[in-house]
Amino acid sequence: MIRCDSRHISQQWFYTTGPVPVTGRARVIESLQQATILFCGDSGDGMQLTGNQLTATSAVYGNDVSTLPDYPSEIRAPAGSLAGVSAFQLHFASHEIHTPGDHPDVLVAMNPASLKVYLPRLQPGGVLIVDRDAFATRGLARAGYDSNPLDDPAIASRYRLHAVPLLTLTQQALEGLDLKRSAKARCKNFFALGLVYWLYDRPLQQSLDWIGQKFARSPDVAEANRLALQAGFHYGETSEAFDVQWQVAPAPASPGTWRTINGNEAVALGLLTAARLADKPLVYSSYPITPASEVLHHLARWKHLDARTIQAEDEIAAMGATIGAAYGGAFAATGTSGPGLCLKSEAINLAIMLELPLVILNVQRGGPSTGLPTKTEQGDLLQAMYGRNGESPLPVLAPAGPADCFYVAIEAFRIAVRHMTPVLVLGEGLLANSSEPWRIPALRELEPIDVRHPDDPVGFQPYSREAGTLARPWVVPGTPGMEHRLGGLEKQPGTGAVSYAPEDHAQMCALRRDKVARVADFIPDLEVTGPAEAPLLVLSWGGTRGAALTAIECLQQQGRDVAHAHLRYLNPFPRNLGDVLKRYGTVMIPELNHGQLAMLIRATYLVEVVSFSRVGGRPFSIAEIGARAGELLA
Amino acid sequence: MTTRPATLTRKDFASDQDVRWCPGCGNNAILAQVQKTLPELGIPRENIVMISGIGCSSRFPYYMDTYGIHTIHGRAPTVAMGLKCARPELQVWVVTGDGDALAIGGNHFSHALRRNVDINMLLFNNRIYGLTKGQYSPTTPPGIRTLSSPDGSIENPVNPIGVAIGSEASFIARTVDVFQKHMAAVLRRAAEHRGASLVEIAQNCIIFNDGAWAHLTDPDSRLENVLYLEHGKPMRFGRQGEKGIRLNGLVPEVVEVAAAGEENLLVHDEQAAEPTLAYLLSRMGPPDYPTPVGVFRAIDKPVYSRLLMEQVQGAQARAEPDLDALYRQGETWDVT
Repeated sequence: MIRCDSRHISQQWFYTTGPVPVTGRARVIESLQQATILFCGDSGDGMQLTGNQLTATSAVYGNDVSTLPDYPSEIRAPAGSLAGVSAFQLHFASHEIHTPGDHPDVLVAMNPASLKVYLPRLQPGGVLIVDRDAFATRGLARAGYDSNPLDDPAIASRYRLHAVPLLTLTQQALEGLDLKRSAKARCKNFFALGLVYWLYDRPLQQSLDWIGQKFARSPDVAEANRLALQAGFHYGETSEAFDVQWQVAPAPASPGTWRTINGNEAVALGLLTAARLADKPLVYSSYPITPASEVLHHLARWKHLDARTIQAEDEIAAMGATIGAAYGGAFAATGTSGPGLCLKSEAINLAIMLELPLVILNVQRGGPSTGLPTKTEQGDLLQAMYGRNGESPLPVLAPAGPADCFYVAIEAFRIAVRHMTPVLVLGEGLLANSSEPWRIPALRELEPIDVRHPDDPVGFQPYSREAGTLARPWVVPGTPGMEHRLGGLEKQPGTGAVSYAPEDHAQMCALRRDKVARVADFIPDLEVTGPAEAPLLVLSWGGTRGAALTAIECLQQQGRDVAHAHLRYLNPFPRNLGDVLKRYGTVMIPELNHGQLAMLIRATYLVEVVSFSRVGGRPFSIAEIGARAGELLA
Repeated sequence: MTTRPATLTRKDFASDQDVRWCPGCGNNAILAQVQKTLPELGIPRENIVMISGIGCSSRFPYYMDTYGIHTIHGRAPTVAMGLKCARPELQVWVVTGDGDALAIGGNHFSHALRRNVDINMLLFNNRIYGLTKGQYSPTTPPGIRTLSSPDGSIENPVNPIGVAIGSEASFIARTVDVFQKHMAAVLRRAAEHRGASLVEIAQNCIIFNDGAWAHLTDPDSRLENVLYLEHGKPMRFGRQGEKGIRLNGLVPEVVEVAAAGEENLLVHDEQAAEPTLAYLLSRMGPPDYPTPVGVFRAIDKPVYSRLLMEQVQGAQARAEPDLDALYRQGETWDVT
């Protein structure tokens, strides 16, 4: 059972059960419900790899995990510089978790620059492990330190500082190996990982196996990394400096086979799965852009499943190719990030006019303009809704977590095909790069997607309407006797013939609006976690779900009268949303923008909304949402 | 299913829409030739798709009883590429103009040719913006007065064939709206070519740029000003074929055949591995040279949509299309 410590409402949200001495061991082993670790160092220090190893080990061990990679957009910033710092945060627990954690309990800093950037995030009293060898004059100067922070008594008193000569110890451990000094030095991340494995009493086997596979072609390098990992672990055991080990038990999970997955891989698998569920090829056309490129990379490797990828010459071409592929009857999708969505706008409107089924993925990042390519934000909601000329509605969905990207991608195609419309999926950099456990589904468990291509020319009209959905027929080239022309000009209802008649335009605009509105008849009602009526409802969307849900669950456990709801469908909204909102005194909307969903909710339902918004390139912490909600409840 | 006539005729390709180009517009002649040529290709009508951008020329698909999309400005080649990747068996035509292909869509024009997507691109070049009522285009000669260049255009025009050569196009040809038989032959060649085909069609805008190609179409001077390219043949022109093109170093020169000797004339080679000759021809035109028409270049090159499908089929031959196995890639663990 999670216990939220009420003393820490506004600063710290950690759960603890206190020390549990284990007999037969020299040291104290404490049992924790969760832990948050942050590895940081120079871009070349292998921090993403190190973080991924701890993630895999913890996931296989049975913990729930959630990760937050944080890396610079520069490929090779100057070594040791603040701009070149790369970090990986991992939160693992013996219960279900929804965020990568607020403040790390353990910070591993491989150099002065990374210490400077990430020390402010470390929990007061947290464990600080640094590579003492990296804190020489040059490294300190590059990080802008006038004096060595390891000598700063304030740091030693505020944190449990362990200045370990990681480099020296790694070199010593690898003394017997016939490898260059520089190659040995590169193993120091595995020494640090080994030390963290000891701290959290993790098994080494998963990483040892991984090293063997990864460096199968260079047995020397494999051996060096194995030795470094083991040396780090033994260092923890033998060093007098560490007097406590922690254990975080496995979390209960539903039966099945599990893996970890990040949002980009999940969405790629989801798009491919949707195509398979309709027995269609997937055509994915995209222009490389951070943080969406990885989706293209994944699909390009999956040609054996009839994933046909096109790296287009620009964002517009990627959208154009998607339209062409959809016209041809394929499952067609494109992926981009904010600036790319701007470029695609005109072509998206063509898809709206042609009423073709396709999916546009926008992995949001900090904007405007080039903005913050590698940082997360939710600033494109209004663009997704309204960023096109004329009255041009389309359905908008947002995944609630990394694994949910899989299901949202399938749902997007299901809607696109059923309603004959482009569908926009608003992902986020946070979800794209973060990993969490995913219970692997079996393809046969997933509901097939029903696709019809009419082939009877009798009475055929390209813009006739299906009664329930208002969808027009998806007739594909190659169908004899049904040759027809589509285009971006306004049409006569039914025939689709070009028409500028006022009544035709009015009717077509209304049809396109009503068609998207009717998607609401096919989507689930909004569910509320907590009381059906209360003074406060916290309403989240996209990647803010994890922090909002955790914060509200903690408040609820403290007996506070507050509820949480999360929107996956942003256009149209679930049918019951208006009724739900009216049952709460105040609706608080946390979002990583300047209040875009808040504006939509106010305008649509005329309810008072407290917008809790900010743009810092980082996700919300549980604490800040909890604190704001607490204020509103006071 | 309706029963279809065994052989199609021009009428089968005319849609029920009234053609709304200006009377006397060169587009009407092009439409007629396309409608006449398509039935001769032996391709089922339902497998033909016409894709256009924006501009007068881009109304084309509405008048063809095939499948088609009137897309947005400059982007027709991108839509055609996507369609071709989804449905490689379709015959896809792109209809575009000098503004659509070379101004707003210059990027896609170049990349479609470079990739060698298997499409047939008809570029109606009237050297003016017609649908927006008369502004200069990327092919308008300098000094021409238009709505947006009242003091004469100060822009350097682009040569569509030169751009196509620079884009490594595998099929490049030029014809003229009123050269009916010539156009039919060029269209047929373009249709039969595997890969991207570009046909520049000199087209007269009777309203905003009348007479832009008069030197090619005026019956009195036409034979003096047009060089009909024929593969493997010496380059001759003039009323009696009395003039020819000879190469002097890297510079072509117009010579009297009788004096120079036919054996010394430049011989056309549309299949040359290097596009040097095609480029040299692309630079020819008034006032010093005749304007070449016909096929500048026709070479075999790997076709994008085909290569893509070969990769897909190759991958399918090597690995089972097992999505469940893909889900289980990497580290997994079981919870019981």
